[in-house]
Amino acid sequence: MSAQLDAPAKGVVHAAGEKRRPWLPWAVQALRIALCLVFGLPLLFMVVSSFKPDTQIFGDLGSVSAFLPVGSLSLDNYQGVFERVPFARFLINSVIISVVTVGLGIVVNSMAAFALSRLKFPGQKLVLGVILATLIVPFETMALPLLWWVNQLPYFDGSIGWLDTYEVQIIPFVANAFSIYLFYQYFDSIPKELDEAATVDGASWLRIYRSIVMPLAGPAIATVAILTFLPAWNSYLWPLMVTQSESIRPAMVGIDYFKQMNVSWGQIMAYASIITVPVLVLFVAFQRAFINSIASSGVKG
Amino acid sequence: MATTVVTDAPASDPVRRARRTTVRRTAGVGWAMLAPAAVLMIVFLIIPILLTFGLAFTNARLISPVPAKFIGIDNFVRLFGSATFWKSLLNTVIFAIVIVPVQSGLALVLALLVNAKVRGTNFFRTVYFLPVVTSMVVVSMLWLFMYQQNGLINALLGRLGIVGPDWLGDPRTALFALIVMSAWQAMGFHMVIWLSGLQTIPGELYEAASLDGASTWQQFAYVTWPGLLQTRTFILITITIAAFSLFTQVNVMTQGGPLDSTSTVVFQAVRTGFQQQQTGYASSISLVFFVIVLAVSLVQRYLTRDKELKR
Repeated sequence: MSAQLDAPAKGVVHAAGEKRRPWLPWAVQALRIALCLVFGLPLLFMVVSSFKPDTQIFGDLGSVSAFLPVGSLSLDNYQGVFERVPFARFLINSVIISVVTVGLGIVVNSMAAFALSRLKFPGQKLVLGVILATLIVPFETMALPLLWWVNQLPYFDGSIGWLDTYEVQIIPFVANAFSIYLFYQYFDSIPKELDEAATVDGASWLRIYRSIVMPLAGPAIATVAILTFLPAWNSYLWPLMVTQSESIRPAMVGIDYFKQMNVSWGQIMAYASIITVPVLVLFVAFQRAFINSIASSGVKG
Repeated sequence: MATTVVTDAPASDPVRRARRTTVRRTAGVGWAMLAPAAVLMIVFLIIPILLTFGLAFTNARLISPVPAKFIGIDNFVRLFGSATFWKSLLNTVIFAIVIVPVQSGLALVLALLVNAKVRGTNFFRTVYFLPVVTSMVVVSMLWLFMYQQNGLINALLGRLGIVGPDWLGDPRTALFALIVMSAWQAMGFHMVIWLSGLQTIPGELYEAASLDGASTWQQFAYVTWPGLLQTRTFILITITIAAFSLFTQVNVMTQGGPLDSTSTVVFQAVRTGFQQQQTGYASSISLVFFVIVLAVSLVQRYLTRDKELKR
C-alpha cells in the first residue's frame, strides 16, 4: 500500500512498480472498497434496521438484506421512540446545551485569545503557558472531584449546588484551552498593522476585536464550532452524573432507558439514527471544514 | 511593573507619561478580555484538578451533612488492597497496550490509502471518517447488538460455518471485543491526523529518493516515516490518553463485567464516586489515573525528543 504515497514523482515509481506487479493498483483499490464496507456497513445496518420490525431484523441477519431496505418497512419504531420516552424533550435539551456551549465558547475563547495574541501586557506568556499545560489533563481525571465541587457551589438563586440544571451541563465547558490555542494561532497570522491603522483612527481594542479581527477569523470560528459541538452533542459521562430530571436530560443519556425496559432493537436503532443521522449529514455537507478542524487538532503535538 | 517597558528613546516627560498610560490601559483591557475565560478555567478546571489531590486524602462524600475529614492515605491503602482496582488497572493497561499500535498503525494504512490522487479517494476518506462523527454511545449500542450471541457478527460468521462466541458475555473475549469496536470508531480521526502529517513532507524528497532508485518501501522507511516524527508523538499520546479514559463503551455495553473482565479505572472511579457517592475514594482513583497520564505523556515526549537529538 505504500505505493500509494502521493509523491510528485509517482509516475516513475508506479511505472516501475506496475511493470513488476501489474495487479497492485487493483489490489489496493479492492482494499479501499473492503474497508469502506467495514466502516460503512454497521452504520447502514443501523439506519436500515430502524425501519424494520424486530422479528425481521433478526430474520435478515444472515443475509445481504440486513443492509437493504427490504421487507415490511414502517415508521413504527420512530413512533414508538417518541411514545416510550420524552424524546422530543431530550432532543431539544441536546440542541440547547450544544448550541449555547458553542456560542458562548466562541465569544469567551476568542476574546481571551485576542488578548493573548494582539495586546501586550505582562504575565501574558505565563497565562498562555498555564492554558497549554492543562491540555494534557483528560476530563475523566477530574470528573469526580468536579462533580463534588459543583455540588458545593452556590447557584444563581442563592441555593447550594448546581446539579440537575442546564448550567452545569454548559458553563464548565465554555472556556476551553484548545479553542483558545486555535484562535491564538489564527489571530497571530492576521497582520498587526491592521490594529495600528485602526488605533490611529481612534478605534478601541474591543472595536478592533469586533469589527476587524473576528470578521477575518471565519475559518478559526468554524473549526472551534465543530470541535466544540461534537463533544457537547456526544457527551455522556457528565450528563449521566449531573442530570436527574427528564426536563433537562440530553438525548445521549436518554438512550439508557431502552436498556432497562424490554429491549426493542428496532426502537434503539431508530433512536440512534435520529441522534446520529443529522450530524452525519452535517458532516458530509461540510466535510472539508470538518476534516480540516480535526487535522488542526493534530498541530498541538 | 508595566512601566519598565518604556526605557528606550530619550523621550520628553509628557510623551513618556502618555505612553505609560497607554501601556497600563492596554494591560487593563487585556486582563478584562481574558477574565471570562480565566475565571471559568480557574473554577472548572484548575480548582477541580487541585481538588483531586486534596479530596483523595479525605473521606468526602458526594452528599453529606458532615464536612469531609482528612484521613491520610487510608483511601490509597484501601485502593491498593482492592482486587477490583488491580483488575481494572490491568484491563486498562492491556486495552492501551493493544489499541495503541493497532489503531495508530491501521490509521496510517488508511491515510496512505486515501493520500493518493486516485478518483474516489474523497469518498473513501469520508466513509472511513463516518464513525468518528458518530457518538460513542450510539456506536456502543450498535455494537452491543452486533456482538449479541444471535447478533449480526455471529450471523455473518455463521454463513462461513463458524460458531461465534458470546463476545461480550465471555470474560475471554469481552475486552477484545471492546478493543475492536473502539479502534473502529476512532481510526478515522487518526487517519486525518496522519494525513495532515503526510502533507507536510515536501514532495522533492520523494523525487530525490526515486531518482536515487529507492523502492517504494525504501521511500516509506527513509522519507515518510522519519518525516512523521511529530505526528507520531501526537498520535501516540492522544491514543494512550483516550485508552486510559475508557468509560462510555464499558458503561453502555458491559458494566465492567463479566467477572470484572472489562472494568476500567474510570469506570471504577465513576462507580465509587457517583453511584456509591464516595468522592474521597474516587478522587484517589482519579489521582492514580492522573499520575499515569502524566507519566505516559512525559515518557513519550522524552523518547521522541531523544530521537530528534540523535538525528
